[in-house]
Amino acid sequence: MAGMELLSDQGFRIDGRKPNELRRIRFKKGVFRQADGSAYLEQGNTKVLAAVYGPHEIRGSRSKALHDKLLINCQYSMATFSTQDRKRRPRGDRKAQEMTSHLKQTFDAVVLTELYPKVQLDIFVEVLQSDGGNYCASVNAATLALMDAGIPMKDYVIACSGSHLRDTPIVDMNNLEESSGGAEVVMAVLPRCEQIVFLEMNSRLHEDHLSGVMDHVMVGCKDIFNVLNQQVQDELCQKTQLDKLVTTG
Amino acid sequence: MGDAGLSEAEKTFILHSVQDDFREDGRGNEDFRHMELETSLISNTNGSARVRLANTDVLVGVKVQLTPVDPERPEVGRLEFFIDCSANATPAFEGRGGEELGSEISAMLTRAYAFPGAVDFHSLCVLPGQQCWLLYVDVLLLECGGNLFDAVSIAVKAALFNLKIPNVTMTKDEGGVELDLSDDPFDFKRLDVSGAPIIITVNKIGHYHVVDASEKEEECSLARLMLGVTEKGTITAMRKEGSGSLDPNSISDMMEVNTRFLCLPGI
Repeated sequence: MAGMELLSDQGFRIDGRKPNELRRIRFKKGVFRQADGSAYLEQGNTKVLAAVYGPHEIRGSRSKALHDKLLINCQYSMATFSTQDRKRRPRGDRKAQEMTSHLKQTFDAVVLTELYPKVQLDIFVEVLQSDGGNYCASVNAATLALMDAGIPMKDYVIACSGSHLRDTPIVDMNNLEESSGGAEVVMAVLPRCEQIVFLEMNSRLHEDHLSGVMDHVMVGCKDIFNVLNQQVQDELCQKTQLDKLVTTG
Repeated sequence: MGDAGLSEAEKTFILHSVQDDFREDGRGNEDFRHMELETSLISNTNGSARVRLANTDVLVGVKVQLTPVDPERPEVGRLEFFIDCSANATPAFEGRGGEELGSEISAMLTRAYAFPGAVDFHSLCVLPGQQCWLLYVDVLLLECGGNLFDAVSIAVKAALFNLKIPNVTMTKDEGGVELDLSDDPFDFKRLDVSGAPIIITVNKIGHYHVVDASEKEEECSLARLMLGVTEKGTITAMRKEGSGSLDPNSISDMMEVNTRFLCLPGI
Protein backbone atom coordinates (compact mmCIF):
# COMPACT_ATOMS: atom_id res chain seq x y z
CA MET A 1 0.00 0.00 0.00
CA ALA A 2 1.62 3.17 -1.18
CA GLY A 3 1.98 5.91 1.40
CA MET A 4 0.48 3.77 4.13
CA GLU A 5 2.79 2.81 6.93
CA LEU A 6 2.04 0.46 9.79
CA LEU A 7 3.04 3.20 12.16
CA SER A 8 3.12 6.77 10.86
CA ASP A 9 5.55 9.47 11.93
CA GLN A 10 2.75 11.02 13.94
CA GLY A 11 2.43 7.79 15.91
CA PHE A 12 -0.79 6.50 14.39
CA ARG A 13 -1.36 2.97 13.18
CA ILE A 14 -2.75 1.97 9.80
CA ASP A 15 -6.35 2.00 11.05
CA GLY A 16 -5.88 5.26 12.91
CA ARG A 17 -5.37 3.86 16.38
CA LYS A 18 -2.72 4.87 18.88
CA PRO A 19 -0.10 2.16 19.60
CA ASN A 20 -1.73 1.04 22.85
CA GLU A 21 -5.32 1.49 21.72
CA LEU A 22 -7.71 -1.45 21.44
CA ARG A 23 -10.31 -1.97 18.76
CA ARG A 24 -13.93 -1.50 19.71
CA ILE A 25 -15.26 -4.45 21.69
CA ARG A 26 -18.94 -5.34 21.64
CA PHE A 27 -20.45 -8.53 22.91
CA LYS A 28 -23.65 -10.27 23.83
CA LYS A 29 -24.03 -13.25 26.11
CA GLY A 30 -26.69 -15.90 25.73
CA VAL A 31 -27.34 -15.57 22.00
CA PHE A 32 -28.50 -19.17 21.58
CA ARG A 33 -31.21 -20.95 23.51
CA GLN A 34 -30.17 -24.51 22.78
CA ALA A 35 -26.59 -24.25 23.99
CA ASP A 36 -25.91 -24.19 27.72
CA GLY A 37 -23.90 -21.05 27.28
CA SER A 38 -23.12 -18.84 24.33
CA ALA A 39 -21.60 -15.51 23.46
CA TYR A 40 -21.05 -13.32 20.43
CA LEU A 41 -18.08 -11.00 20.43
CA GLU A 42 -16.78 -8.35 18.05
CA GLN A 43 -13.30 -6.94 18.31
CA GLY A 44 -13.12 -4.39 15.55
CA ASN A 45 -13.97 -6.31 12.40
CA THR A 46 -13.26 -9.71 13.91
CA LYS A 47 -16.53 -11.42 14.80
CA VAL A 48 -16.69 -14.63 16.78
CA LEU A 49 -19.42 -16.87 18.14
CA ALA A 50 -18.79 -19.29 20.99
CA ALA A 51 -21.09 -21.98 22.37
CA VAL A 52 -20.64 -24.19 25.41
CA TYR A 53 -22.39 -27.50 25.94
CA GLY A 54 -22.10 -29.39 29.16
CA PRO A 55 -20.81 -30.66 31.49
CA HIS A 56 -22.44 -33.80 30.11
CA GLU A 57 -21.75 -37.49 29.76
CA ILE A 58 -18.78 -38.42 27.58
CA ARG A 59 -19.78 -38.68 23.95
CA GLY A 60 -18.20 -41.31 21.76
CA SER A 61 -15.63 -43.60 23.28
CA ARG A 62 -15.79 -43.77 27.05
CA SER A 63 -12.05 -44.30 27.29
CA LYS A 64 -11.54 -40.58 26.77
CA ALA A 65 -12.97 -39.89 30.23
CA LEU A 66 -10.56 -38.60 32.84
CA HIS A 67 -11.16 -40.24 36.19
CA ASP A 68 -10.18 -37.24 38.28
CA LYS A 69 -11.19 -34.23 36.23
CA LEU A 70 -13.33 -32.71 33.51
CA LEU A 71 -12.52 -33.43 29.88
CA ILE A 72 -12.55 -30.24 27.85
CA ASN A 73 -13.33 -30.68 24.19
CA CYS A 74 -12.85 -27.75 21.84
CA GLN A 75 -13.53 -27.14 18.22
CA TYR A 76 -12.36 -24.08 16.35
CA SER A 77 -13.80 -23.45 12.93
CA MET A 78 -13.89 -20.54 10.55
CA ALA A 79 -16.80 -19.81 8.26
CA THR A 80 -15.78 -20.31 4.63
CA PHE A 81 -16.69 -16.69 3.92
CA SER A 82 -14.92 -15.25 6.96
CA THR A 83 -11.65 -14.43 5.26
CA GLN A 84 -10.81 -12.14 2.36
CA ASP A 85 -10.23 -15.12 0.06
CA ARG A 86 -12.77 -17.89 0.38
CA LYS A 87 -11.68 -20.84 2.50
CA ARG A 88 -12.35 -24.26 1.09
CA ARG A 89 -12.92 -26.00 4.40
CA PRO A 90 -14.32 -24.55 7.61
CA ARG A 91 -12.24 -26.82 9.85
CA GLY A 92 -9.83 -29.71 9.84
CA ASP A 93 -6.91 -27.82 8.33
CA ARG A 94 -3.67 -27.56 10.24
CA LYS A 95 -4.27 -24.02 11.43
CA ALA A 96 -7.68 -24.90 12.86
CA GLN A 97 -6.31 -27.97 14.59
CA GLU A 98 -3.56 -25.91 16.17
CA MET A 99 -6.10 -23.33 17.34
CA THR A 100 -8.25 -26.11 18.77
CA SER A 101 -5.41 -27.46 20.87
CA HIS A 102 -4.42 -23.95 21.98
CA LEU A 103 -7.95 -23.28 23.15
CA LYS A 104 -8.11 -26.59 24.97
CA GLN A 105 -4.84 -25.85 26.73
CA THR A 106 -5.99 -22.36 27.69
CA PHE A 107 -9.28 -23.45 29.19
CA ASP A 108 -7.80 -26.51 30.90
CA ALA A 109 -5.78 -24.05 32.91
CA VAL A 110 -8.65 -21.89 34.04
CA VAL A 111 -11.77 -24.04 34.42
CA LEU A 112 -12.02 -25.76 37.81
CA THR A 113 -11.79 -29.15 36.15
CA GLU A 114 -11.43 -31.19 39.35
CA LEU A 115 -15.06 -30.40 40.24
CA TYR A 116 -16.42 -32.51 37.39
CA PRO A 117 -14.64 -35.86 37.16
CA LYS A 118 -15.53 -38.29 34.35
CA VAL A 119 -17.63 -35.86 32.32
CA GLN A 120 -17.10 -33.69 29.31
CA LEU A 121 -17.48 -30.02 28.42
CA ASP A 122 -17.68 -28.84 24.82
CA ILE A 123 -16.47 -25.43 23.74
CA PHE A 124 -17.23 -24.62 20.12
CA VAL A 125 -15.89 -21.48 18.53
CA GLU A 126 -16.93 -20.20 15.13
CA VAL A 127 -15.18 -17.26 13.47
CA LEU A 128 -17.72 -15.41 11.34
CA GLN A 129 -15.46 -12.65 10.12
CA SER A 130 -11.74 -12.58 10.48
CA ASP A 131 -9.64 -9.43 10.72
CA GLY A 132 -6.71 -10.46 12.84
CA GLY A 133 -6.60 -11.59 16.45
CA ASN A 134 -8.77 -14.65 15.82
CA TYR A 135 -7.29 -16.56 18.73
CA CYS A 136 -7.72 -13.60 21.07
CA ALA A 137 -11.33 -13.00 20.10
CA SER A 138 -12.04 -16.74 20.35
CA VAL A 139 -10.65 -16.94 23.88
CA ASN A 140 -12.53 -13.85 25.01
CA ALA A 141 -15.78 -15.07 23.50
CA ALA A 142 -15.35 -18.55 24.98
CA THR A 143 -14.73 -17.02 28.43
CA LEU A 144 -18.02 -15.16 28.17
CA ALA A 145 -19.81 -18.29 26.94
CA LEU A 146 -18.43 -20.31 29.87
CA MET A 147 -19.65 -17.59 32.20
CA ASP A 148 -23.06 -17.70 30.56
CA ALA A 149 -23.11 -21.47 31.10
CA GLY A 150 -22.18 -21.01 34.75
CA ILE A 151 -19.00 -23.06 34.63
CA PRO A 152 -16.75 -22.33 37.62
CA MET A 153 -13.48 -20.70 36.61
CA LYS A 154 -10.52 -19.27 38.50
CA ASP A 155 -10.83 -15.94 36.74
CA TYR A 156 -11.60 -14.50 33.36
CA VAL A 157 -9.14 -15.60 30.68
CA ILE A 158 -8.37 -12.71 28.40
CA ALA A 159 -6.18 -12.91 25.32
CA CYS A 160 -4.50 -10.10 23.45
CA SER A 161 -1.81 -9.82 20.81
CA GLY A 162 1.01 -7.34 20.48
CA SER A 163 4.04 -6.45 18.44
CA HIS A 164 6.91 -4.06 18.14
CA LEU A 165 6.94 -1.48 15.37
CA ARG A 166 9.51 1.29 14.96
CA ASP A 167 10.60 1.05 18.61
CA THR A 168 7.01 1.23 19.81
CA PRO A 169 5.07 -1.68 21.28
CA ILE A 170 1.57 -2.02 19.82
CA VAL A 171 -1.38 -4.08 21.06
CA ASP A 172 -4.47 -5.78 19.56
CA MET A 173 -3.22 -6.24 16.01
CA ASN A 174 -5.50 -6.29 12.99
CA ASN A 175 -5.11 -8.43 9.91
CA LEU A 176 -2.85 -5.97 8.03
CA GLU A 177 -0.48 -5.70 10.95
CA GLU A 178 -0.46 -9.47 11.43
CA SER A 179 0.31 -10.19 7.81
CA SER A 180 3.06 -7.61 7.50
CA GLY A 181 5.59 -10.21 8.63
CA GLY A 182 6.64 -8.55 11.84
CA ALA A 183 6.80 -10.23 15.21
CA GLU A 184 3.60 -11.18 16.96
CA VAL A 185 3.24 -12.00 20.63
CA VAL A 186 -0.03 -13.61 21.70
CA MET A 187 -0.84 -13.99 25.36
CA ALA A 188 -3.78 -15.34 27.30
CA VAL A 189 -3.75 -14.23 30.91
CA LEU A 190 -5.74 -14.31 34.10
CA PRO A 191 -5.99 -10.54 34.42
CA ARG A 192 -6.60 -10.27 38.16
CA CYS A 193 -3.67 -12.39 39.29
CA GLU A 194 -1.54 -11.54 36.23
CA GLN A 195 -0.82 -15.17 35.43
CA ILE A 196 0.02 -16.15 31.86
CA VAL A 197 -1.79 -19.28 30.70
CA PHE A 198 -0.81 -19.13 27.06
CA LEU A 199 2.07 -17.48 25.30
CA GLU A 200 3.07 -17.66 21.69
CA MET A 201 5.42 -15.67 19.53
CA ASN A 202 5.71 -15.73 15.77
CA SER A 203 8.55 -14.36 13.68
CA ARG A 204 11.49 -12.78 15.43
CA LEU A 205 11.77 -10.13 18.06
CA HIS A 206 14.85 -8.82 19.82
CA GLU A 207 15.20 -10.17 23.33
CA ASP A 208 15.47 -6.63 24.74
CA HIS A 209 12.06 -5.73 23.35
CA LEU A 210 10.26 -8.84 24.53
CA SER A 211 9.53 -7.78 28.08
CA GLY A 212 8.34 -4.37 26.87
CA VAL A 213 5.92 -5.96 24.43
CA MET A 214 4.73 -8.44 27.04
CA ASP A 215 4.09 -5.65 29.52
CA HIS A 216 1.99 -3.80 26.96
CA VAL A 217 0.08 -6.93 26.00
CA MET A 218 -0.62 -7.52 29.69
CA VAL A 219 -1.97 -3.97 29.96
CA GLY A 220 -4.03 -4.62 26.82
CA CYS A 221 -5.47 -7.77 28.41
CA LYS A 222 -6.38 -5.84 31.52
CA ASP A 223 -8.06 -3.17 29.41
CA ILE A 224 -10.10 -5.82 27.62
CA PHE A 225 -10.92 -7.35 31.00
CA ASN A 226 -12.21 -4.00 32.25
CA VAL A 227 -14.42 -3.56 29.19
CA LEU A 228 -15.87 -7.06 29.48
CA ASN A 229 -16.20 -7.03 33.25
CA GLN A 230 -17.94 -3.68 33.28
CA GLN A 231 -20.70 -4.89 30.99
CA VAL A 232 -20.98 -8.29 32.69
CA GLN A 233 -21.40 -6.62 36.09
CA ASP A 234 -23.91 -4.11 34.74
CA GLU A 235 -26.01 -6.85 33.20
CA LEU A 236 -25.84 -8.82 36.42
CA CYS A 237 -26.98 -5.82 38.47
CA GLN A 238 -29.87 -5.21 36.11
CA LYS A 239 -30.87 -8.82 36.29
CA THR A 240 -30.78 -9.01 40.09
CA GLN A 241 -32.85 -5.85 40.29
CA LEU A 242 -35.40 -7.36 37.95
CA ASP A 243 -35.42 -10.54 40.02
CA LYS A 244 -35.99 -8.49 43.15
CA LEU A 245 -38.94 -6.79 41.51
CA VAL A 246 -40.36 -10.16 40.64
CA THR A 247 -39.94 -11.65 44.12
CA THR A 248 -41.31 -8.61 45.91
CA GLY A 249 -44.16 -8.49 43.42
CA MET B 1 -33.47 -33.87 12.29
CA GLY B 2 -35.83 -35.25 14.84
CA ASP B 3 -33.61 -35.89 17.82
CA ALA B 4 -35.60 -33.99 20.40
CA GLY B 5 -36.17 -37.25 22.29
CA LEU B 6 -39.93 -37.17 22.74
CA SER B 7 -41.93 -39.69 24.75
CA GLU B 8 -45.07 -41.33 23.41
CA ALA B 9 -47.27 -39.06 25.52
CA GLU B 10 -45.57 -35.93 24.18
CA LYS B 11 -46.01 -37.18 20.63
CA THR B 12 -49.70 -37.78 21.23
CA PHE B 13 -50.00 -34.29 22.66
CA ILE B 14 -48.48 -32.77 19.53
CA LEU B 15 -50.66 -34.98 17.33
CA HIS B 16 -53.79 -33.79 19.13
CA SER B 17 -52.73 -30.17 19.00
CA VAL B 18 -52.34 -30.44 15.23
CA GLN B 19 -55.79 -32.01 14.99
CA ASP B 20 -57.27 -29.03 16.81
CA ASP B 21 -55.38 -26.56 14.58
CA PHE B 22 -53.85 -25.10 17.73
CA ARG B 23 -50.21 -26.05 18.04
CA GLU B 24 -48.19 -26.02 21.24
CA ASP B 25 -46.82 -22.52 20.59
CA GLY B 26 -50.31 -21.20 19.81
CA ARG B 27 -50.00 -21.26 16.03
CA GLY B 28 -52.46 -22.71 13.59
CA ASN B 29 -51.32 -25.44 11.21
CA GLU B 30 -50.58 -23.01 8.42
CA ASP B 31 -48.84 -20.28 10.40
CA PHE B 32 -45.17 -19.45 10.24
CA ARG B 33 -43.16 -18.45 13.26
CA HIS B 34 -41.82 -14.94 13.64
CA MET B 35 -38.92 -14.37 11.31
CA GLU B 36 -36.04 -11.92 11.56
CA LEU B 37 -33.97 -11.11 8.51
CA GLU B 38 -30.82 -9.00 8.34
CA THR B 39 -28.58 -8.29 5.38
CA SER B 40 -25.06 -6.88 4.84
CA LEU B 41 -23.50 -8.25 8.01
CA ILE B 42 -20.14 -9.64 6.94
CA SER B 43 -17.93 -7.09 5.24
CA ASN B 44 -15.58 -9.76 3.87
CA THR B 45 -18.34 -11.06 1.60
CA ASN B 46 -20.03 -9.59 -1.47
CA GLY B 47 -23.43 -10.30 0.01
CA SER B 48 -24.63 -11.73 3.28
CA ALA B 49 -27.83 -12.37 5.18
CA ARG B 50 -28.99 -13.91 8.40
CA VAL B 51 -32.37 -15.43 9.09
CA ARG B 52 -33.64 -16.27 12.51
CA LEU B 53 -36.83 -18.30 12.58
CA ALA B 54 -37.61 -18.82 16.27
CA ASN B 55 -34.71 -21.09 17.29
CA THR B 56 -33.38 -21.70 13.80
CA ASP B 57 -30.50 -19.42 12.97
CA VAL B 58 -28.83 -19.33 9.56
CA LEU B 59 -26.05 -17.10 8.25
CA VAL B 60 -25.26 -16.92 4.54
CA GLY B 61 -22.28 -15.31 2.88
CA VAL B 62 -21.86 -15.01 -0.88
CA LYS B 63 -18.48 -14.45 -2.45
CA VAL B 64 -17.90 -13.92 -6.13
CA GLN B 65 -14.91 -15.09 -8.10
CA LEU B 66 -13.95 -14.89 -11.76
CA THR B 67 -13.43 -18.32 -13.28
CA PRO B 68 -13.09 -19.84 -16.73
CA VAL B 69 -16.51 -20.79 -18.12
CA ASP B 70 -17.86 -24.30 -18.23
CA PRO B 71 -17.02 -25.43 -21.81
CA GLU B 72 -20.43 -27.09 -22.12
CA ARG B 73 -22.28 -23.90 -21.20
CA PRO B 74 -19.95 -21.09 -22.28
CA GLU B 75 -22.43 -18.25 -21.89
CA VAL B 76 -23.60 -18.51 -18.32
CA GLY B 77 -22.20 -18.01 -14.84
CA ARG B 78 -22.42 -20.53 -12.05
CA LEU B 79 -23.73 -20.93 -8.53
CA GLU B 80 -22.16 -23.22 -5.97
CA PHE B 81 -23.74 -24.06 -2.64
CA PHE B 82 -21.92 -25.15 0.47
CA ILE B 83 -23.61 -25.80 3.80
CA ASP B 84 -21.54 -25.89 6.95
CA CYS B 85 -23.31 -27.35 9.95
CA SER B 86 -21.53 -25.61 12.78
CA ALA B 87 -20.98 -27.52 16.01
CA ASN B 88 -22.47 -24.47 17.72
CA ALA B 89 -25.86 -25.74 16.58
CA THR B 90 -25.60 -29.11 18.24
CA PRO B 91 -22.62 -31.15 19.46
CA ALA B 92 -23.69 -33.90 17.06
CA PHE B 93 -22.31 -31.77 14.22
CA GLU B 94 -18.80 -31.81 15.65
CA GLY B 95 -16.06 -32.91 13.27
CA ARG B 96 -17.67 -34.45 10.21
CA GLY B 97 -21.00 -35.02 11.96
CA GLY B 98 -22.91 -32.39 10.01
CA GLU B 99 -21.70 -33.29 6.54
CA GLU B 100 -24.60 -35.55 5.68
CA LEU B 101 -27.22 -32.96 6.50
CA GLY B 102 -25.11 -30.30 4.79
CA SER B 103 -24.92 -32.19 1.52
CA GLU B 104 -28.65 -32.94 1.68
CA ILE B 105 -29.49 -29.26 1.93
CA SER B 106 -26.99 -28.23 -0.73
CA ALA B 107 -28.36 -30.89 -3.09
CA MET B 108 -31.88 -29.56 -2.59
CA LEU B 109 -30.77 -25.97 -3.17
CA THR B 110 -28.77 -26.91 -6.26
CA ARG B 111 -31.83 -28.65 -7.65
CA ALA B 112 -34.12 -25.73 -6.86
CA TYR B 113 -31.77 -23.25 -8.56
CA ALA B 114 -30.99 -25.46 -11.55
CA PHE B 115 -33.41 -23.85 -13.97
CA PRO B 116 -32.56 -20.96 -16.31
CA GLY B 117 -34.83 -18.34 -14.71
CA ALA B 118 -33.68 -18.74 -11.11
CA VAL B 119 -31.23 -15.88 -11.40
CA ASP B 120 -30.02 -14.16 -14.54
CA PHE B 121 -27.19 -16.58 -15.28
CA HIS B 122 -26.37 -14.76 -18.51
CA SER B 123 -25.60 -11.55 -16.63
CA LEU B 124 -23.07 -13.55 -14.62
CA CYS B 125 -21.06 -14.22 -17.74
CA VAL B 126 -18.32 -11.63 -18.11
CA LEU B 127 -16.73 -12.66 -21.36
CA PRO B 128 -18.70 -15.30 -23.25
CA GLY B 129 -16.65 -18.40 -23.86
CA GLN B 130 -13.93 -17.29 -21.48
CA GLN B 131 -14.66 -15.82 -18.08
CA CYS B 132 -17.72 -15.87 -15.87
CA TRP B 133 -18.63 -15.18 -12.26
CA LEU B 134 -18.75 -18.11 -9.91
CA LEU B 135 -20.96 -17.35 -6.90
CA TYR B 136 -19.95 -19.24 -3.81
CA VAL B 137 -23.04 -19.37 -1.62
CA ASP B 138 -21.83 -20.47 1.79
CA VAL B 139 -24.42 -21.26 4.41
CA LEU B 140 -23.58 -21.55 8.08
CA LEU B 141 -26.10 -23.23 10.34
CA LEU B 142 -25.79 -21.63 13.74
CA GLU B 143 -28.77 -23.12 15.51
CA CYS B 144 -31.29 -25.77 14.51
CA GLY B 145 -34.84 -25.30 15.73
CA GLY B 146 -36.75 -27.04 12.96
CA ASN B 147 -37.65 -26.13 9.39
CA LEU B 148 -34.02 -25.76 8.30
CA PHE B 149 -34.60 -26.04 4.56
CA ASP B 150 -37.06 -23.16 4.45
CA ALA B 151 -34.89 -20.92 6.60
CA VAL B 152 -31.78 -21.70 4.54
CA SER B 153 -33.53 -21.02 1.24
CA ILE B 154 -34.90 -17.69 2.47
CA ALA B 155 -31.49 -16.65 3.76
CA VAL B 156 -29.88 -17.65 0.45
CA LYS B 157 -32.37 -15.59 -1.53
CA ALA B 158 -31.82 -12.62 0.78
CA ALA B 159 -28.04 -12.90 0.46
CA LEU B 160 -28.28 -13.04 -3.34
CA PHE B 161 -30.56 -10.00 -3.21
CA ASN B 162 -27.92 -8.25 -1.14
CA LEU B 163 -25.11 -9.32 -3.49
CA LYS B 164 -22.92 -6.62 -4.98
CA ILE B 165 -20.98 -7.81 -8.00
CA PRO B 166 -18.08 -5.49 -8.84
CA ASN B 167 -18.15 -4.06 -12.34
CA VAL B 168 -15.49 -5.28 -14.74
CA THR B 169 -13.76 -3.19 -17.39
CA MET B 170 -12.36 -4.97 -20.39
CA THR B 171 -9.44 -3.66 -22.38
CA LYS B 172 -8.25 -5.23 -25.56
CA ASP B 173 -4.57 -5.58 -26.21
CA GLU B 174 -2.61 -7.75 -28.61
CA GLY B 175 -2.47 -10.74 -26.23
CA GLY B 176 -6.22 -10.88 -25.77
CA VAL B 177 -8.69 -9.22 -23.46
CA GLU B 178 -7.64 -7.94 -20.09
CA LEU B 179 -10.16 -7.86 -17.26
CA ASP B 180 -10.01 -5.21 -14.57
CA LEU B 181 -12.11 -5.35 -11.43
CA SER B 182 -13.36 -2.07 -10.13
CA ASP B 183 -11.81 -1.04 -6.80
CA ASP B 184 -14.60 1.42 -6.07
CA PRO B 185 -16.96 -0.13 -3.52
CA PHE B 186 -19.87 1.82 -5.04
CA ASP B 187 -19.21 0.60 -8.57
CA PHE B 188 -21.23 -2.60 -8.61
CA LYS B 189 -24.27 -4.25 -10.09
CA ARG B 190 -27.04 -6.19 -8.42
CA LEU B 191 -28.42 -9.57 -9.29
CA ASP B 192 -32.09 -9.91 -10.16
CA VAL B 193 -33.51 -12.45 -7.74
CA SER B 194 -37.20 -12.07 -8.53
CA GLY B 195 -37.15 -15.54 -10.08
CA ALA B 196 -35.17 -17.18 -7.30
CA PRO B 197 -37.02 -20.03 -5.60
CA ILE B 198 -37.54 -20.60 -1.91
CA ILE B 199 -38.20 -23.95 -0.33
CA ILE B 200 -41.44 -24.56 1.52
CA THR B 201 -41.71 -27.73 3.57
CA VAL B 202 -45.06 -29.24 4.45
CA ASN B 203 -45.05 -31.86 7.17
CA LYS B 204 -47.66 -34.54 7.44
CA ILE B 205 -48.57 -35.07 11.08
CA GLY B 206 -51.41 -37.53 11.49
CA HIS B 207 -53.80 -36.63 8.70
CA TYR B 208 -52.98 -32.95 8.82
CA HIS B 209 -50.54 -30.73 6.96
CA VAL B 210 -48.32 -28.43 8.95
CA VAL B 211 -45.89 -25.76 7.76
CA ASP B 212 -42.84 -24.42 9.59
CA ALA B 213 -42.64 -27.33 12.00
CA SER B 214 -40.58 -26.97 15.14
CA GLU B 215 -38.00 -29.59 15.99
CA LYS B 216 -40.48 -31.50 18.15
CA GLU B 217 -43.13 -31.47 15.47
CA GLU B 218 -40.63 -32.69 12.91
CA GLU B 219 -40.01 -35.70 15.08
CA CYS B 220 -43.73 -36.50 15.05
CA SER B 221 -44.00 -36.18 11.30
CA LEU B 222 -43.47 -39.34 9.31
CA ALA B 223 -43.27 -37.71 5.92
CA ARG B 224 -42.69 -34.27 4.57
CA LEU B 225 -42.80 -32.72 1.15
CA MET B 226 -40.31 -30.05 0.19
CA LEU B 227 -40.97 -27.86 -2.79
CA GLY B 228 -38.82 -25.22 -4.39
CA VAL B 229 -41.23 -22.56 -5.60
CA THR B 230 -40.78 -19.19 -7.26
CA GLU B 231 -42.80 -16.05 -6.75
CA LYS B 232 -44.85 -16.80 -9.86
CA GLY B 233 -45.80 -20.23 -8.54
CA THR B 234 -43.46 -22.32 -10.65
CA ILE B 235 -42.34 -25.44 -8.89
CA THR B 236 -38.63 -25.91 -9.48
CA ALA B 237 -37.80 -28.82 -7.21
CA MET B 238 -39.64 -31.36 -5.20
CA ARG B 239 -38.59 -33.90 -2.67
CA LYS B 240 -40.29 -36.22 -0.27
CA GLU B 241 -38.46 -36.93 2.91
CA GLY B 242 -39.05 -39.07 5.95
CA SER B 243 -39.74 -42.71 6.71
CA GLY B 244 -43.48 -42.67 6.03
CA SER B 245 -45.20 -43.08 2.68
CA LEU B 246 -47.59 -40.66 1.02
CA ASP B 247 -50.75 -41.16 -0.98
CA PRO B 248 -50.70 -39.42 -4.39
CA ASN B 249 -53.84 -37.49 -3.35
CA SER B 250 -52.24 -36.19 -0.23
CA ILE B 251 -49.23 -35.05 -2.26
CA SER B 252 -51.45 -32.79 -4.33
CA ASP B 253 -53.10 -31.51 -1.16
CA MET B 254 -49.70 -30.74 0.30
CA MET B 255 -48.63 -28.96 -2.87
CA GLU B 256 -51.67 -26.77 -2.55
CA VAL B 257 -50.62 -25.80 0.96
CA ASN B 258 -47.10 -25.19 -0.32
CA THR B 259 -48.02 -22.77 -3.06
CA ARG B 260 -50.37 -20.86 -0.75
CA PHE B 261 -47.26 -19.65 1.07
CA LEU B 262 -45.63 -17.98 -1.87
CA CYS B 263 -46.43 -14.42 -0.93
CA LEU B 264 -45.37 -14.95 2.66
CA PRO B 265 -41.67 -14.12 2.80
CA GLY B 266 -41.90 -10.88 0.90
CA ILE B 267 -38.34 -10.55 -0.29
